[in-house]
Amino acid sequence: MSSLLNSIDFQYVIGALVKIAVFWIFIMLVVAYTVYAERRVLAVIQNRLGPNRVGWQGLLQPFADLLKFIFKEDIIPLAVNKWLYVLAPIIVLIPAMMVLIVYPFGPGDVPLPFGADISHTLNNLGASFGMSWNIDLSKINLYVTNMNVGLLYVFAMTSLGIYGIVVGGWASNSKYSLLGGLRSSAQMISYELALSLSVIAVLIQAGTLDLAKIVEQQQGWYGFKWNIFQWPMFLPCIIAFSIYMISAIAETNRVPFDLPEAETELVAGFHTEYSSLKFALFFMAEYVNMMTVSVLATTLFLGGWNGPGVETYKWLGPVWFLAKVFFFLFLYIWLRGTLPRFRYDQLMDFGWKVLLPAALFNVVLASAIGVLFL
Amino acid sequence: MEFSHILFLGLAALAVVAAFNVILQRNPIYSAIGLIVVLGSLAALFLTLSAQFIAAMQIIVYAGAIMVLFVFVIMLLNVRAEETRMDKQKYLKWLAAPLFLALLAEVMAVVRYVNLTPQPLPSANGAANPQEVLGTVENIAFGMFTDYLIPFEAASILILMAIVGSMLLARREKKEDVERIENALVAQQEEEQKYEEEVAV
Repeated sequence: MSSLLNSIDFQYVIGALVKIAVFWIFIMLVVAYTVYAERRVLAVIQNRLGPNRVGWQGLLQPFADLLKFIFKEDIIPLAVNKWLYVLAPIIVLIPAMMVLIVYPFGPGDVPLPFGADISHTLNNLGASFGMSWNIDLSKINLYVTNMNVGLLYVFAMTSLGIYGIVVGGWASNSKYSLLGGLRSSAQMISYELALSLSVIAVLIQAGTLDLAKIVEQQQGWYGFKWNIFQWPMFLPCIIAFSIYMISAIAETNRVPFDLPEAETELVAGFHTEYSSLKFALFFMAEYVNMMTVSVLATTLFLGGWNGPGVETYKWLGPVWFLAKVFFFLFLYIWLRGTLPRFRYDQLMDFGWKVLLPAALFNVVLASAIGVLFL
Repeated sequence: MEFSHILFLGLAALAVVAAFNVILQRNPIYSAIGLIVVLGSLAALFLTLSAQFIAAMQIIVYAGAIMVLFVFVIMLLNVRAEETRMDKQKYLKWLAAPLFLALLAEVMAVVRYVNLTPQPLPSANGAANPQEVLGTVENIAFGMFTDYLIPFEAASILILMAIVGSMLLARREKKEDVERIENALVAQQEEEQKYEEEVAV
């Protein structure tokens, strides 16, 4: 047993788990405050105040909401399929969260303040239990892992989230839920194609699927050598960026593509019958997915953590990264306050007859430029 | 006991339990979910074999696309539970045991006679340790577009043919075709009625 505890694999797993825990808490805070920001910004757009009572300017509102969700009565309607009804929110949330291990928050090999002291203390602690640990925290990577198939991993995990929505809609045994679930899955399958095809322009430029490496390649030009600015790939990259953003908004079921939750026709769509914490899980998954597509947009098109000053001060990396991600999250809220909803046939026509051919054409264009110039 | 052994045992047990779940459940949606779990744990097993690309593809293609359609159809048709009707092809159940034994023998033979030490693939970037880059995207792509180009292209043409074929089958029928199909359906229904009457007798 002690050989197991001493093994490199075990130490690696523990280290990864600690890192995941830190990033997870951070993401949860971001999600909570995105909800708060959405309510405040929407309020400003609609010329009213929004939540401003809990804490200074309502800053503790997310925690009040969480407590409310936890203590509300958890209603499971009689006619539902209990197993799947309980399982569905979990199926939605887990794949959404699993993506965060490839988020490239910042560069690798960043010096951690007091890192050497912490690792020394930990090693001594291990030695007092008879373990020969060799932990080195003086330099850390600001991502959990850099997979060779990072981008494919993200697409794989986000495509699993559909199950939760479909199963939740079906298990609720209600016509609104079922219609919402069906609409949602049809929409996600349709727009996934355009989304996946749009990133190919970036992949031809980068020659790798590793998100950390894609960001590293955009270093230079005082932090502005982003993929949408690089000659000669900027043209397909800008087209890809537009296609990506449109299909990303449709993928996350947000305004103006929020047909699955269209309250005027479907009550609340697939989560009509859900209440209390289960509803909160669906809600959280939606915001984590928004975060994921924003992170991908930042990483692939806008240079990830690159920005002025990152070469000298590596801890500026996460700051730039989060600034760009928050811009996209703000864009989501802005769109919600501005645009009306599509009709369902318009949505499908747009996805299959406009976005998909455009994405295919863009693949051809990017490949031609790749062959001729790269 | 190494860490990878524990991982393997856990994932393999999950896969087997879920596979039994697929065939033992009466409700098709539970079976479908069981199959998704099988595919997921197989993908994780591929990852432990450092076949990252295959693992990602397993999830994207099978769990993310094909099984979504399965679940979709089950939900749309609202199949509640397996209907307890009499099987028309009774002899099939006698084939199951020999087929299972043949498959088992085949697996045994593979395990016994095939050299299972991983062969280094032709590495695209000439990496020093071929083990490290075995299942990466670069390596698979390199193999696919050099040594295995013809099978790869042939497979893609085959898939294209399947797409065109299904389009042809699903296209709007002409009037005489509709009549012909309706007649065939009526004839089939009569036959089924006759069969049920025989069973009742």
